[in-house]
Amino acid sequence: MYSFDMVRPSSVADAVSALGQDEAQALSGGQTLIPTLKQRLAMPSVLVSLSGIEEMKGVCREDNGDLTIGGGTTHATVAAEAAAHYPGLAKLAGGIGDPAVRNRGTIGGSLANNDPSACYPAAALGSGATIVTNNREIAADDYFQGMFTTALEEGEIVTSVRFPVPEVAGYAKFEQPASRFALTAVFVSKGPNGVRVAVTGASENGVFRWTEAEQALSSNFSPDAVAGLSVPADGMISDLHGTGAYRAHLVGVMTKRAVAAAS
Amino acid sequence: MPKDHGIGASPKRREDVRFLTGAGNYTDDINIHGQAYVYFLRSDMAHGKINKVDTEEASKMPGVVRIFTGADFEGVGGLPCGWQVTDKNGDPMKEPAHPVLAQGKVRHVGDPVAAVVAESLEEARTAAEAIELDIEELPAVVDMKAALTDGATKVHDDLSDNLCYDWQFGTDTETTDKAFAEAAHVTTLELVNNRLVANPMEPRVAVGDYSRANDESTLYTTSQNPHVIRLLMGAFVLGIPEHKLRVVAPDVGGGFGTKIFHYAEEAFCTFAARQINRPVKWTASRSEAFMSDAHGRDHVTKIELALDADNNFTAVRTDTYANMGAYLSTFASSVPTWLHGTLMAGNYKTPAVQVNVKAVFTTTVPVDAYRGAGRPEATFQLERVIDKAARELGADPIALRRQNFITEFPYETPVAVAYDTGDYGATMDKMEELMDIPGFAARRAESEAKGKLRGLGVNCFIEACGIAPSNLVGQLGARAGLYDAATVRVNATGSISVMVGAHSHGQGHETAFPQVVAEMLGIDESMIDIVHGDTSKIPFGMGTYGSRSIAVCGSAMVRATEKIINKAKKIAAHLLEAAETDIELKDGQFSVAGTDKSVAWGDVTLAAYVPHNYPLEDIEPGLEETAFYDPSNFTYPAGAYACEVELDPETGEVTIEKFVSADDFGNVINPMIVEGQVHGGIAQGIGQALLENCAYDENGQLLSASYMDYAMPRADNLPHMANYTVDHSCQTPCTHNPLGVKGCGEAGAIGSPPTVVNAVIDALQSGGHKVEHIDMPVSPSRVWAAMNG
Repeated sequence: MYSFDMVRPSSVADAVSALGQDEAQALSGGQTLIPTLKQRLAMPSVLVSLSGIEEMKGVCREDNGDLTIGGGTTHATVAAEAAAHYPGLAKLAGGIGDPAVRNRGTIGGSLANNDPSACYPAAALGSGATIVTNNREIAADDYFQGMFTTALEEGEIVTSVRFPVPEVAGYAKFEQPASRFALTAVFVSKGPNGVRVAVTGASENGVFRWTEAEQALSSNFSPDAVAGLSVPADGMISDLHGTGAYRAHLVGVMTKRAVAAAS
Repeated sequence: MPKDHGIGASPKRREDVRFLTGAGNYTDDINIHGQAYVYFLRSDMAHGKINKVDTEEASKMPGVVRIFTGADFEGVGGLPCGWQVTDKNGDPMKEPAHPVLAQGKVRHVGDPVAAVVAESLEEARTAAEAIELDIEELPAVVDMKAALTDGATKVHDDLSDNLCYDWQFGTDTETTDKAFAEAAHVTTLELVNNRLVANPMEPRVAVGDYSRANDESTLYTTSQNPHVIRLLMGAFVLGIPEHKLRVVAPDVGGGFGTKIFHYAEEAFCTFAARQINRPVKWTASRSEAFMSDAHGRDHVTKIELALDADNNFTAVRTDTYANMGAYLSTFASSVPTWLHGTLMAGNYKTPAVQVNVKAVFTTTVPVDAYRGAGRPEATFQLERVIDKAARELGADPIALRRQNFITEFPYETPVAVAYDTGDYGATMDKMEELMDIPGFAARRAESEAKGKLRGLGVNCFIEACGIAPSNLVGQLGARAGLYDAATVRVNATGSISVMVGAHSHGQGHETAFPQVVAEMLGIDESMIDIVHGDTSKIPFGMGTYGSRSIAVCGSAMVRATEKIINKAKKIAAHLLEAAETDIELKDGQFSVAGTDKSVAWGDVTLAAYVPHNYPLEDIEPGLEETAFYDPSNFTYPAGAYACEVELDPETGEVTIEKFVSADDFGNVINPMIVEGQVHGGIAQGIGQALLENCAYDENGQLLSASYMDYAMPRADNLPHMANYTVDHSCQTPCTHNPLGVKGCGEAGAIGSPPTVVNAVIDALQSGGHKVEHIDMPVSPSRVWAAMNG
């Protein structure tokens, strides 16, 4: 990697200030950024580590029932601490990567990166979560704007994510054989805000809601409800591991399985 | 009662203490005072004409010691190929130059264009970014058949075309054609043996050192065969005589074949160290490993099997395109020919076998031996086409194989080799017993009740190991001998160091080899150590590959130990004042037959080095013997494998539910190590069958250049241990080496890929899907596509 300076602020305010420097880059768990730096694909002048900011860590049940997770909370912590409150989310977090990844990677880092094959974008969009930053709140429906693209502005930090807790939710992931990221994965939830179906791994535009399935499941929340539905292969990722048609097919299968697994 | 020491016992691997506690000494652990670091600037295009490599600005960058380009290697030798194949017209194969750093053209992604030597790796890498390259892109040559068409872009402009050789072997065309013409049934299958990347846990590393005071070079390198590297690099590339060149391969973290070969980086570090009079170190990144380690397999084949009306095999004919990549790696030419064609008879008494191979240059990483090397390719074709034939004929796949087994030994195949011994029926019996074939129907019903398909795959395999008789391989084009060597050095107090030419890079030689010597001498294994991996310490041996270590080097060690015993008996006879012919050695004691007179091993060894009471007029003091052993034939391990897969028809995902291997390795020295070798081989075979895929796009870009896209097998891709049986109880000892051993290192990787694919096809057929073949890796997407094609 190229040389860079590194700061480790202890408050969001200090982090925001540090990110105001030229070519500054936020570093959370580093599961994407560090490999990128090692390959010399990025050349920040200063890395602003968010790992020392205690106010960005932890899982907290709000009075209104929402579950708020600090942006700097690791997947392993979410898997352990959200289990009693939002088991569908905890299960998703516990299935990301391997133990090393789960003990370093954070929810804020994942959502800020918005990898088209990541798990968390499906949970956030599929739950109708709110992304809370240092200066605003963004609905998940407005936040995800395409592959590796979000509504975040330069220097903006995901400080927490607020999840409305649904009645039931489920996640079904079909893993890409090499990376074990989602080749196609679907998160479904059913709650006061209705049914949401979010698909990750499949589309060239990143995570998306499958509204046709949402409508079908709204009237009948069962695996059978989506049996006859399909998404078009157009716009689906086609690569070494599967064609667009295969991914489109998997969207249906994984949706069915996510509904069956919902609890 | 299993033995607790000597041959047949399973002591834990003594080398694991250092491997598992982080105390190993790998090449990257070697740091020499004053060393500089090299970073190779590699081509990012598959094919291009080098117009200019401008290093002027880069040379001024901080920390840069010197930048080398192809021009620095004019007058230096190229990387040699160690096997001359003659094509069917009698012409030698085409052998293009392989410069250490690219000259004139780049020919694959990863081809080194320049090498920056600097005080630190980071400085070298930064300076490399400042090198100005003017490379004019040329069309990539990726598809082998397209590469052989008229007017195809040439990888090497000085060659007439991209054909390295067109090789034909085995039964003549007239006889073969006649057999096919007279056949009652012919089964044809076209298939691909997928390109693989070996991916040893430890990437390649080289450290070159030079002593100006005595003009000596030392190369520390991740090699399976340090003497081979010393010979090739010293004699063919750099012109350094052996007595001025030492090659050390210390602990090596896995080889799988890809660390046999002599690589440009090794020659570079040795060369550069002399040029700048400083040690030069290179450690491959994983990305560099993907684009510079020789790849494996990559054959495209059409195989035909002819049968008579009674289902007897009457002829086999194969046509293979074998990818050589951009240059000929050290043993590349031998893999699709002598290591592949000679095994095309398999376990069967087919009277006519003809093998045709076209080796092709492409703008891809060179391809060479990978665990099994040619033999997996032969086994895969043959066992896949037999399975297809069984289906077409409505024959039971096990019965069809049994009917055609070779049952009398020795057996001369139509493809030049003579199997010395074997019992293919016995391994098939054992496999059937362990697999519980009668229970399959119930297991299939259970899977179907869950909405899954279940398939059973079986196959046999045979391999030629213990490579090999030097005079034979010499006739076949090998440019090296293939004996091995061992020196047994008995110390004064009776402990022993055995210096061996074989190299252990995970195989457990340091545990297994002493078991043999301990058995022969009747002393404790803890008194014996193995020394390997350093040309300044060991005799000239040829290293480890082709499952040859115990069969060839182990035999050399036996011969040297026999010499030790003979001499020790003379000493004992003197000490006991008895006739040499009356001396017996048992449990570390020399005794006079029929008396209670004896002398201990340690007394004899001490007498050898403190020869106060010693027959100096008859024998020399000391107790050290060397033997070189050149086998009279290959060894022929064989076996029967089976697996059951469960297939999810919704996703195409295949899981392996049950696996059985029944191998005949002849005698076994350490059963635990043998089982570990088979487990590892099967893991790699399952990796090839289900997961691994080294893929290029049409522009010659490597699509699977990291673990994000290259799928390695992991523990959860393998069956649970309760359903995974590795058996080697069928033993027909090799008839021509002193231990009766055959070798076990590659069997798993050879035997298992067709097992898995046969099972997948069986599962699909059971679900009514008329799928005859899916190319490896049989990934979920490929299965789904086949089901929905």
